[in-house]
Amino acid sequence: MKQEIIIAGFGGQGVLSMGKILAYSGLMEGKEVTWMPSYGPEQRGGTANVTVILSDDPISSPILNEYDIAIILNQPSMDKFESKVKPGGILIYDGYGIHTPVKRTDISVYRVDAMDAATEMKNEKAFNMLILGGLLKIVPMVQLENVLLGLKKSLPERHHKLIPMNEAAIKKGMEIIQKM
Amino acid sequence: MAEEIKLMKGNEVVAHAAIRYGVDGYFGYPITPQSEILETLMAEMPWETTGMVVLQAESEVAAINMVYGGAGTGKRVMTSSSSPGVSLKQEGISYIAGAELPCLIVNVMRGGPGLGTIQPSQADYFQTVKGGGHGDYRLITLAPSSVQEMADFVGLGFDLAFKYCNPAIILADGIIGQMMEKVVMPPFRPRKTEEEIIAECPWAVQGKTKNRKANVITSLELDPAKMEENNLRFQAKYRKIEENEVRYEEFQCDDAEYLLVAFGSSARICQKVVEIARGEGIKLGLLRPITLWPFPTKAIAAYADKVKGMLSVELNAGQMVEDIRLAVNGKVKVEHFGRLGGIVFTPDEVLNALKEKLF
Repeated sequence: MKQEIIIAGFGGQGVLSMGKILAYSGLMEGKEVTWMPSYGPEQRGGTANVTVILSDDPISSPILNEYDIAIILNQPSMDKFESKVKPGGILIYDGYGIHTPVKRTDISVYRVDAMDAATEMKNEKAFNMLILGGLLKIVPMVQLENVLLGLKKSLPERHHKLIPMNEAAIKKGMEIIQKM
Repeated sequence: MAEEIKLMKGNEVVAHAAIRYGVDGYFGYPITPQSEILETLMAEMPWETTGMVVLQAESEVAAINMVYGGAGTGKRVMTSSSSPGVSLKQEGISYIAGAELPCLIVNVMRGGPGLGTIQPSQADYFQTVKGGGHGDYRLITLAPSSVQEMADFVGLGFDLAFKYCNPAIILADGIIGQMMEKVVMPPFRPRKTEEEIIAECPWAVQGKTKNRKANVITSLELDPAKMEENNLRFQAKYRKIEENEVRYEEFQCDDAEYLLVAFGSSARICQKVVEIARGEGIKLGLLRPITLWPFPTKAIAAYADKVKGMLSVELNAGQMVEDIRLAVNGKVKVEHFGRLGGIVFTPDEVLNALKEKLF
């Protein structure tokens, strides 16, 4: 079993940290994991993306031609990665940042209105966990308990009090994801 | 003891591996994409646990000369940088090689020439394996292709450096430095005691005692006859390293009709190329040099009669390909494929290049 995932959006949306939590969760399940960020002069507002691979077998290339799952959080990322989803693959996007509809008909497309939900929760920082929740609803590649363990591992101890909020956001994300 | 498994960046793990190996001192200066090495060391504060010195020098030149000084006392000392910073260190590296001192250098390569870009590149191959600094010297060059190897090669690099009294270098790139993977942490070893250093490094400057001659650490020898002797001794040592320390890995080579040769992150991408090609019925294999110097010349030469062609896949304009051509000596077609200046090829691009250049 192998999942090749790209998460792409603006810097500051929590793209890299969402990837990190997913990678840690995979590690907790004993999987092989690779987390390969786009790194560069990117800051809040610039584009950022990360490739996460979870696999039962050793992972070869961290650089991929195409992905099983693309999580798209802004328009430039949609323009760049829509065509890179494998036929039969999955594209998940946040409705807030996207203004052109997905053209592909050979993939499954889902929408999570995470920005709206985060605003409703009065917690912008919940955004990426809402998206992660949506992803895990569609493809339960890791158990929720391992995600929480992964959160514990990836967050410094002083932030562990935020784990219940993150858990709530993941569960909310699972509720609000919809098939397009 | 149970294995200690972590998820870590290649850069971060270099710092942890250095502390765990019992390194005495790290001297560096920040530069992307390897600044996490210094940052992690500073965050871990090993001076409070193992007594390891971590120092941000005023420049790369200062850092390598601190390494030179520390190495002269028999301590396990290291530095790290990225391409432009490693260029600045070349004079010091040549002096350390000329004084026959052990140390570890880490280069997390970025695109050049000049200040270039911070994105990954492998364009410092020539600089690393063909000299870089002046004079007839060699660097033991280890090319990690995973975060695990970033951890393992810290210890291996020091072991080889001390075995041969020669600087060793880890030649990585931005992908290996920035990527996080699962890594089994190396075990903790205590730092060497002064007594152990005196016993193991009789050449070290440790404060002269009455019953021995003073040790002199220098690369200077104004008498050319003696300087030639020194050079002949270096060369004899290099031949011994070439004989004993070649390391490489073969991936699906047994029945291969075509061979990819790639190191570091390129080798990871090429593994995927082999998977895809095999799916298309192309008998493709991959040979990954782990030591770039000493180069796996004989291992590559052995495939000259077996395969229809070789493709050297590098994130540069064609550097290692020259050593492959020397190895096969015209017996088989050897082509190069690369992307330049920080652009990384995808597996598809490599496979297309293979078909275009060798089919």
